[in-house]
Amino acid sequence: MKDGLNERRLKQLSRRELIKLAPVALLGAFAVPGLAPKLVERGVAFSDWASGKLFRGRHLATTFSDSDVVPFEKFPYNGYDVLDPEVDLGRWSLSVEGDVKKPGQYTLAQVQALPKVNQNTRHVCVEGWDVIGAFGGARLADFLALAGADTRARFVEVECADDYYESIDMETALHPQSLLCYEMYGQPLDRGHGAPLRLSLPTKLGYKQAKYLVTLRVTNLLKPKRGYWEDQGYSWFGGL
Amino acid sequence: MEDAAPEPAPERAKPIERRVAAAYEHPWVVRITHWFSAATIFVMVTSGLRIFRAFPSFGPKIPQHDFVDVPKALTLGGWLGGALQWHFTFMWIFLGAGVLYLLYQFLSGHYKTVLFMPRDIRGVWPMARHYFLFGPKPPVTGQYNPLQKLAYTSTILFGIASALTGLVLYKPVQFFWLAWPMGGFHLARLWHFVAMCGFLAFIPGHLVMVVLHGWSNFFSMLVGWKKDPEYLR
Repeated sequence: MKDGLNERRLKQLSRRELIKLAPVALLGAFAVPGLAPKLVERGVAFSDWASGKLFRGRHLATTFSDSDVVPFEKFPYNGYDVLDPEVDLGRWSLSVEGDVKKPGQYTLAQVQALPKVNQNTRHVCVEGWDVIGAFGGARLADFLALAGADTRARFVEVECADDYYESIDMETALHPQSLLCYEMYGQPLDRGHGAPLRLSLPTKLGYKQAKYLVTLRVTNLLKPKRGYWEDQGYSWFGGL
Repeated sequence: MEDAAPEPAPERAKPIERRVAAAYEHPWVVRITHWFSAATIFVMVTSGLRIFRAFPSFGPKIPQHDFVDVPKALTLGGWLGGALQWHFTFMWIFLGAGVLYLLYQFLSGHYKTVLFMPRDIRGVWPMARHYFLFGPKPPVTGQYNPLQKLAYTSTILFGIASALTGLVLYKPVQFFWLAWPMGGFHLARLWHFVAMCGFLAFIPGHLVMVVLHGWSNFFSMLVGWKKDPEYLR
């Protein structure tokens, strides 16, 4: 725009235009030390809400052929505390609680009696690495049906032998690729990978896929403790 | 009071008023998205580098070969979880500013001032020679010279690339079809990093140019108006 402008008028216009940038100053809130952690926590909560809306229960994670699977030795052991919480495999059972018709102790044999699923899926770690592994187990959805779970409940919580704990949304729990996993690479789960039973959730990040399961609870109300890492700041949804 | 002085007749006052040539260079949407993006890119790069520190490699986890050790001082968030919180918050601001900017540019036609076109190719070298090799200054014909258009257009492309590769990293199952042209989920992480390098390559040159071109140029990104721009002389 070519203009012969009165200098005073230009100053006036400029001032008015500068004021219109005021919304940028809102970002200053993120520079306030006490406020910033709360704001970014809200940001993650919003992202989780959007992730939940985006999630499609029928949308399958990519599965891979056996030749794409990394050798067993190259599938990392990842534990938050100990790699072997010394579960007594002979006496182990899974305690099922909450909104279920048949609460109580479930043995590994009961889980293994459910239709078995073998799938090669990508395990994605929040740290940034990913690895394609071979997992075998029962559909979590089948197990929830066995226990008579009220699938209108919103969450499934698990507790682990190593004091780790997690919770997931019901839609993910019912996803056809979500497994109660008792095998990796065709072998019974070893102690480092979560023997005797772990979650394998190809639609979730690794930290959601709890190992050494001891308790499973169906609930409508999440406890203040939602997950070991989530309580320290990780995204609760953690969905891929 | 100024009014106490006898009011000069308007026809006599006019020649006395200083008139200046000025151009309204940057519309409000461009300015506000520029400053939102500037702050956001700073947060996304520093928190992104903290996230990268958790696994500073593009290869397998076993065996892990670290690509580069990013100094902690350059990072934001304190730890992986904290950095992710910043990243997952500011990604929305980045996306919002980017979408608003692109929509405005295309709907208003203002993009024509910035978009690098094939006809700009031959103007790039003379401009680069002027800036870096003390060559003669090519005639100024518009708001942006071809080298500027190239820099701005590629930075906008880096922005689009960061958003798309970021989406694949964030939701690889829901957006598996988007991962495919990137060579899969695993490589998307590399492209996400490369896009960041694009920003890092642009920013120092951009800042140096801003300093060299002085206040009036800098103010135009704040107030929109530029006094006496070269191309109006």
